[in-house]
Parts: sequence; C-alpha cells; structure tokens
Amino acid sequence: MAYSEKVMDHFANPRNVGEMKDPSGVGEVGNPKCGDIMRMYLKIEGNVITDVSFMTFGCGAAIATSSMATELIKGKTIEEALKLTNKAVMEALDGLPPVKVHCSVLAEQAIKAAVSDYYRRQGIDPTPIVGEIAECEECACQV
Amino acid sequence: MSRKVYADNAATTAVSKEVLESMLPFYQEVYGNPSSLYALGREARTALEEARATVAKCLGANPNEIYFTSCGTESDNWAIKGAAHAMKKKGKDHIITTAFEHHAVLHTCGALEREGFSVTYLPVHENGIVRPEELEAAITENTGLVTVMYANNEIGTIQPIPEIGAICKRHGILFHTDAVQAVGNVAIDVKEQNIDMLSLSGHKLHAPKGVGALYLRAGVPVSNFMDGGAQERNRRGGTENLAQIVGLATAMERACSTIAERTERLSAMRDKLIQEVLKLERTRLNGDRTHRLPGNASFCFQGVEGESLLLMLDLKGISASSGSACTSGSLDPSHVLLAIGLPHEVAHGSLRISLGDFNTMEDIDYIIETLPPIIERLRNMSPLWDAIESGKVSYDAYF
Repeated sequence: MAYSEKVMDHFANPRNVGEMKDPSGVGEVGNPKCGDIMRMYLKIEGNVITDVSFMTFGCGAAIATSSMATELIKGKTIEEALKLTNKAVMEALDGLPPVKVHCSVLAEQAIKAAVSDYYRRQGIDPTPIVGEIAECEECACQV
Repeated sequence: MSRKVYADNAATTAVSKEVLESMLPFYQEVYGNPSSLYALGREARTALEEARATVAKCLGANPNEIYFTSCGTESDNWAIKGAAHAMKKKGKDHIITTAFEHHAVLHTCGALEREGFSVTYLPVHENGIVRPEELEAAITENTGLVTVMYANNEIGTIQPIPEIGAICKRHGILFHTDAVQAVGNVAIDVKEQNIDMLSLSGHKLHAPKGVGALYLRAGVPVSNFMDGGAQERNRRGGTENLAQIVGLATAMERACSTIAERTERLSAMRDKLIQEVLKLERTRLNGDRTHRLPGNASFCFQGVEGESLLLMLDLKGISASSGSACTSGSLDPSHVLLAIGLPHEVAHGSLRISLGDFNTMEDIDYIIETLPPIIERLRNMSPLWDAIESGKVSYDAYF
C-alpha cells in the first residue's frame, strides 16, 4: 500500500518541525535500532498548548504522523491532547499502510511523554494523569 | 519539468531499443512453437538455439549446458534444491553459503534446512568479501554444495569466485553462483573459473523481466525443474518464451562484448559520485572500494533514515533504493548491511545508487547537487543526529 496524498504532503512539507527554545515539556519515544525516534516539544500556558514542535528520525510515515499530531494538538488543552489517539492521527492522514501503523502510535506516545515531562517539571507525578508511556507491540522490532 | 534520474539499475533496467527490436519478430511473424515440425516452428527453433549459443558463448559454456528459465530466482531454486537433493543421495547433506546472499538463495537454503540439510553461512567481513580460506575451513566430509553470489546486489562487492571454484573442484563439491548482478559487468568463464552452476537474469541487462537462464555443467546431477514436454532437453517442460529468450541473448551479447568500455564509463561515473558524496560528514561507503561492480555505490549516512531519504530523492525525480527496513515492508534493516558488521542504527540510513548504460555524467552531477541539501534537511529534524552531534551517542567507529 502506498502513502496517501496527505501523508506525502506532511512528509514533504512537515508542519511545526524543529527544536523549540525553552519548552514547557519535552518527550522522546522510539529507538534508533528500530529506525524511528520522535521528540515532541510543548509550550504550555495555563493548561493550553500554545506551541508545539517535533523532531523525528524515521521513515516517511514517522515524519508525517509527527507533523499531523502537532497540528491536531496545537491550541488544545492538555486534556484534549491526551485524548488524541493514534487512530485519529491515521484518519487525519487518510490512512497508513499496515506496517506503518506503529508510527501513529509513536506520535500519540510522544505527546504523552512530553505532557509527562511538563507535569514532572511542575513537581506533579504524571503517571495517574497520563498513564504509562508504552509503545505498541508492533514497535517491538527485532533488535 | 524537473529532471528524472533512474539510478536503481540493480533493481531492474529499461529494455534497450536494440533488445526490443530483436524480440518483435517473434510475436507476430516467427510465432511458431519451437517444437513444431513445419517451417514456422523450425524457424523458431533455430532462433532459440542461436540464442542458447549466444548465452553459452558469453559464459564460456557449451550451448547444451544452458537452460532458459523465467528469472534468476527460478534458476537459483532449481540449481540449489536440485544439487542439494542429488548430493544427499550420496550422503552429503551439508551446504555452504554466505550471510549476505540474495533472498532467492538464502530462503532456498532455509527451506532445505527445514528439510533436514545443514547450512553454514560464512561471514563476509567489513569489506563485504568472503574469504576463500574460511570457506575451505568450513568444508566437512558431508559438504555437497557451495553457493556463493558472484557480486552482491546491495553493496556491489565482487567475490573471489575463481578461488572458490578451485577449492570446490579440489574437494569434489558442486559449486553454484548467483551471478545475476555480475553477468555483463565481470568477465565470466565457467570452465576456467570451475563453476558448475550459474544463475542469471535478463532484466538487469536491459532485457525484459520474466526471462533468465541457468548454466548447468554437463554431468552435474540436478533433477528436472518441471516435468512436462521435451523442452530444455526434458529438464524444464513448458513452451519456450522465445521472444524474451531472444531479447536476453541480444542483451547478453551486447553486455559481454562491451565489458571493458562499459566498465570504464560506469566506474568513472561511480567514482565521481563516491568522491563527492563522501565529502558529506559522517558518511560511509559500504563494501570494498575497488572489488565492486562498476555501477554500484552504497552509502550510509549517520542520523538519517533510508526510506525518508528515498522519498525525498523521489520528490526530486531521482529513483534509488535503500537496504532500509521500511522499503521492504519489514522493520528490520538490510541483512547485507548487518552482515558487514554495521549496527541497526547505521544500517537504517543506507542509500544504494546503481548505474546502468542509460545514465550520464549529467545524472551524476544532478545527484551530487540534490543529495546534500536533502541529507542536511533530514539531519536537521533528526533527534538521532542531534544526539550524535552533541556526543551522546557515537557511531564514528564504523565511519
């Protein structure tokens, strides 16, 4: 299965890409051995994600899902961002090839990891709010 | 219109005009069945046997040792399974191959392992070349077959086939080589090089997809591939794919008679490409610098993932490939790059440029101009590159 036009658009013209100065929270998931790492930066003001950016090492789908995920949570509250599922990211991209589904899970988990980091910086234990940062089973590549 | 550069000739090639023209008469004029007795059939038979003679001449074989097949994979399956089964009858059930064979060989050996054969996968070391002394040391009294590729499809390294052939002859072991990437690029003489079986494929040589050949030395005990009619001396039934067989012969004649000038032309382009690409920081060439196919350049770039690199090149009109996980639909990186000792993190960032007769120096210039900004762009968004640059991780030992 080939990539959709939306995937190719977000791959070729990724939104919100790059390092962020003074973020409120940073989360990184993935593993270079598996061929993808996603890092998500959040700027949070009064419970609202006022800015978001990402850095990704990975395939076309990894870059596109990162880009789309940032678009979907920008301007949203933390609670709304935590509700973002990998399915919503995939649907917004008009689908992903089955072998690339794990990229959308990484995007979902990267947001959670960044929110967790934000809470930790506030001195709040993130686990009861965010839950465990678990990567999907499909991400368990043979290393 | 932006420029289009096809740089994936190790995957497949365009059919040349000369090849296509040689094939056309066999669709609507000389369409007889080569097994038919009347003139139209006899004419087809003559063309078939001329093609066989041409292919044989290119390899230093006799025409009755050439069998036409549908592809390189079929030739590999036929030779390896056939020879393995024949040798097993003599009590020899051990096969020696290498860790970086094409899947057509690796998976065939895997199937034989499941049948009860034992298989030794020789290491190919950092330079991507098997060591004949290690091969000889792996031989046991049960070894019946050795299969080593002539040149690797991904990193282009040329193997010491004449030395391996001599070892196999000395020990009375059958020797097969998958020469799909080598035919037309390397001078091959099956008699001088003691090759018992050799697989080749048309579509790497500007002939069409769907035609290949197997050289089986006279007297090699290999069972028939397909039972059926008397085609291919009863070894492979089925009406011959004559037009494509003629195309294969045309392509081989052209390739094998022009090895010297094509090698000079291709290697000049390859060398310029390698020289310029290696100017990029933290970039390596995969495989031996000199013992490699004239059109092959294989690189790894630290901090970059191969599939996104290929997609970016494609957006700029360049068709290339990668040993990267993602392209093949699996998450594991190339077994070839792992076999030469690269870690997964480095193997994910690979790019193979393979040049053919239709490439020009302008294509090389375009690749040289297009590639660096793409690498820079991908590295700028890569957390792995960030970790490499800040010294948190290092792969420099491999570069």
